Amino acid sequence: MGCITHRLYGSFLDNNLWQSVRHTAIFWQLVAVAVIVAGGMWLFGNILDNLANRGIASGFSFLKSTAGFGISTSLIDFTEASSIGRAFWVGLLNTLMVSAISVVLATILGFAVGIARFSNNWLLARLAMGFVETLRNIPLLLQIFFWYFAVLRSLPGPRQSYDIAGLAYLNYRGFYIPKLEFFDGSGWSVVGIVILAVAAFCLRRHRVVPRISVVLAVLILVFLLVSASVSVPALKGFNFTGGSVLSPEFVALVIALSSYTAAFIAEIVRAGIQSVPRGQIEAADALALSAKDRMRFVVIPQALRVIVPLLTNQYLNLTKNSSLAAAIAFPDLVSVFAGTALNITGQAIEIIGITMAVYLTISLLIAFAMNAFNRSTAMRGLSTG
Amino acid sequence: MSWVRENLFSSWGNTLTSCFIGFVLAWALVPFVDWAVISADWGGSKRTDCNSGGACWVYVIQRFDQFMYGFYPVSERWRVDVVGILLVVALTLFFWPRVSARLALLCWALALFFCWFLLTGGVLALPYVETRLWGGMMLTVVLTVGGLVLAFPVAILLALGRRSSLPLVRISCTAFIELWRGVPLITVLFMASVMLPLFLPDGAGVDKLLRALIGVSLFAGAYLAEVIRGGLQAILRGQYEAAAALGLGYWKTMTYVIMPQALRHVIPGLLNTIIALFKDTTLVLIIGMFDFLGIIQASLNDQEWLGLAAEGYVFAALIYWSICYSLSRLSIKVEQHSGVHRV
Amino acid sequence: MSEPVIKVEQVHKWFGSHQALAGVDLTVNAGERIVVCGPSGSGKSTLVRCMNGLETIDSGAITINQIDLSGGLTAIEQVRKSVGMVFQQFNLFPHLTVEENLCLAPTRSLGLSAYAAKERALKYLERVHIPEQAAKFPLQLSGGQQQRVAIARALCMEPKIMLFDEPTSALDPEMIKEVVDVIAELAEDGMTLVCVTHEMGLARAMADRIVFLDEGLVVEEAPPSAFFNAPKSDRTKQFLCKIL
Repeated sequence: MGCITHRLYGSFLDNNLWQSVRHTAIFWQLVAVAVIVAGGMWLFGNILDNLANRGIASGFSFLKSTAGFGISTSLIDFTEASSIGRAFWVGLLNTLMVSAISVVLATILGFAVGIARFSNNWLLARLAMGFVETLRNIPLLLQIFFWYFAVLRSLPGPRQSYDIAGLAYLNYRGFYIPKLEFFDGSGWSVVGIVILAVAAFCLRRHRVVPRISVVLAVLILVFLLVSASVSVPALKGFNFTGGSVLSPEFVALVIALSSYTAAFIAEIVRAGIQSVPRGQIEAADALALSAKDRMRFVVIPQALRVIVPLLTNQYLNLTKNSSLAAAIAFPDLVSVFAGTALNITGQAIEIIGITMAVYLTISLLIAFAMNAFNRSTAMRGLSTG
Repeated sequence: MSWVRENLFSSWGNTLTSCFIGFVLAWALVPFVDWAVISADWGGSKRTDCNSGGACWVYVIQRFDQFMYGFYPVSERWRVDVVGILLVVALTLFFWPRVSARLALLCWALALFFCWFLLTGGVLALPYVETRLWGGMMLTVVLTVGGLVLAFPVAILLALGRRSSLPLVRISCTAFIELWRGVPLITVLFMASVMLPLFLPDGAGVDKLLRALIGVSLFAGAYLAEVIRGGLQAILRGQYEAAAALGLGYWKTMTYVIMPQALRHVIPGLLNTIIALFKDTTLVLIIGMFDFLGIIQASLNDQEWLGLAAEGYVFAALIYWSICYSLSRLSIKVEQHSGVHRV
Repeated sequence: MSEPVIKVEQVHKWFGSHQALAGVDLTVNAGERIVVCGPSGSGKSTLVRCMNGLETIDSGAITINQIDLSGGLTAIEQVRKSVGMVFQQFNLFPHLTVEENLCLAPTRSLGLSAYAAKERALKYLERVHIPEQAAKFPLQLSGGQQQRVAIARALCMEPKIMLFDEPTSALDPEMIKEVVDVIAELAEDGMTLVCVTHEMGLARAMADRIVFLDEGLVVEEAPPSAFFNAPKSDRTKQFLCKIL
């Protein structure tokens, strides 16, 4: 289907005035190239003039200069004395972290809501529909503002925190959660845990030793017990010590991103389930499969064929939408790099160019990974021959 | 009664689910309705008139005009009203069966020119109104409609280009589309507001609104191009062959045979793009413009009306929701009506 | 005379304003082989689909192996475990291999171990003469092979009764015979069969009794020889004229 015109023209041109038409084709392509090149040169000339007139530096040496600003949330060490290049990495890692966590949450919530729309419980099905119709028709930025300013920023102070089972606390300064703390010199056990986890994942469907993943899980637990302790946050004076804290910006962003995207994923899941032919459900019924097994073994695997390609788009959108972090000053890539760093250096072309290139790369990587998943899992059994 | 039994309490699990949801709904909705309606304050003109503990709708009522018109001069606001009415009339033209598509398009083009002159003024007896005074819902609509109108011709050319048999044209169109689709709108807006002045000859200052419009329409154009390409792909090969057999060239085939059919196919996708664009225009507040959400967000920092974030956001959500929801209903109606989605 | 395993009494079924079944009575004894035929739209498929609860009936009663089908989900599930069904469009699960198609229901709804289910799957694949296709996906097989896999899948539940809903209608002519042969072999083994079909060769070869349905009613019931050679009702005669 992709190139009907192409094939069509090719076929009826053979017995027509092939030569002259080919010359026309070359002519139009040359025109297109000429327009693009001339436009590019004009823009480039303007840029050079403007940069010279305004005294803006060019090149990438600014990446090595000292940042001179602090960043509130960072996965790697960062101080005011660090370079702008390092600030770029801090922002990129934050973007990736927020996106990854939100993708997981949005997928779980989206599938749950999408499947709930088929519930035989009227109230549950309606609730799921209400969730979808409400969230997807309200701008994401408004939802982020709502969670950040109207909910999280209006929470009480540390002394009146919401206490969740004595393990986690919620107040206007953030969400205080327990943290795993590894003892000194327990690096090897971390390596061991990772190896065991990978092994458990790979062997989860092992035929000869069916319960091997359970055994490995127990081993992981033992490793954790000997090499780490759980630090629970506790109120000391005016603030909490121990555990780790998720900033309100982070929490607001994750809640808004994942629930907004979940509404779209739920619709995709619904469409996917509806695309499974009626006969498949009847066959499962005739074989006396329970409603749960029917969903798990017959409907969902086939629905995935429709769901996965559309899911890719939602993951891409979520990652791009995470740039709205800039509106509530969560230090993501756009906020740190295209915001703060741009204001300091003024090198708009380099910085916006790098930022766009990074998002393009992320988009391509996600699309690539999802296509691979699609080929390996979702399209199973679909090819003939 | 039997309906209730069957749909809510057909089994133990079902009953438990119903009770749990009912409980949660009551726990969440009752206080909300109490806050938003029962004990809310409606009358008055000052912050101190809100003393019942419920929602302070006084604030929204007092600020309503500003939320709609931004800082547009009070004496000139009738011009915005006229434009609004004109847009609604022009919109109904498309759903009027006796008006041909070409006439409707012509009316649109004229109406849009007229609207632009009416809003900016400076001609005849109309005083000039700077675009930096535009704001609120009016700015949101200007960005959505303007972005869309600017994007549409570009999108058609890009969609045709992406399906062209000329490799250079196809590759450059594909690259252009994927570039804008691959990056977040916010970076496009940053680019338009920061980089665009650098691209143009020195001294050719471009209005901030126009810069945002260019950014929005580049972004929307790429998405629209993909929607239109989907419509083009739905046209069967026989249509091209029939047109070729009648001796029509490429542009005539496209204009008279392919595009009219393809565009009918894409109306639902088009409406979805409009909804997305309408929601996305909120991002202009990050580059310092006061659209509907932007002006509400700004008014929350007003010293006289502090602490009313919930009211502001609930009002904004209600307005956005009603518009987007009606558009999405319309999209479904059109889809069923035209039978495009026959499988 | 053995006891009846299927009892259909005064069954009515409506689809909106269209009446599919208008008071059908039918009794099938253990080991009996019934062929249901009739013009399209006569309600024959609906009748078979009612027998394992794929369609709910509006009035009347269906009893399978002494279990009343109106007894709720548990009754239907119990019936389905002892009634196999083969569809016109095969309805194999395209994302599972042939072997996985066969093993799914025995492991999940009968609680067999994976090993026992696999052994059983191979046994029935041999019975339908395609043990070598176990690792393939359904769409890699021909229509006839797919339908034989579907029969094997139903047999893997070791049902007491087998229902066939036009098993050969979706097949290319050259593949009909391989499926008919398999069904005829089953008939010889003494299993209770109810088969909706237009394939009169199959009806002649395997049926103990032919039930002719028209406009939602049983018009005639007779052994094949009587049915084909001396039909009583005019409608049966008209029908036979058209298809023979």
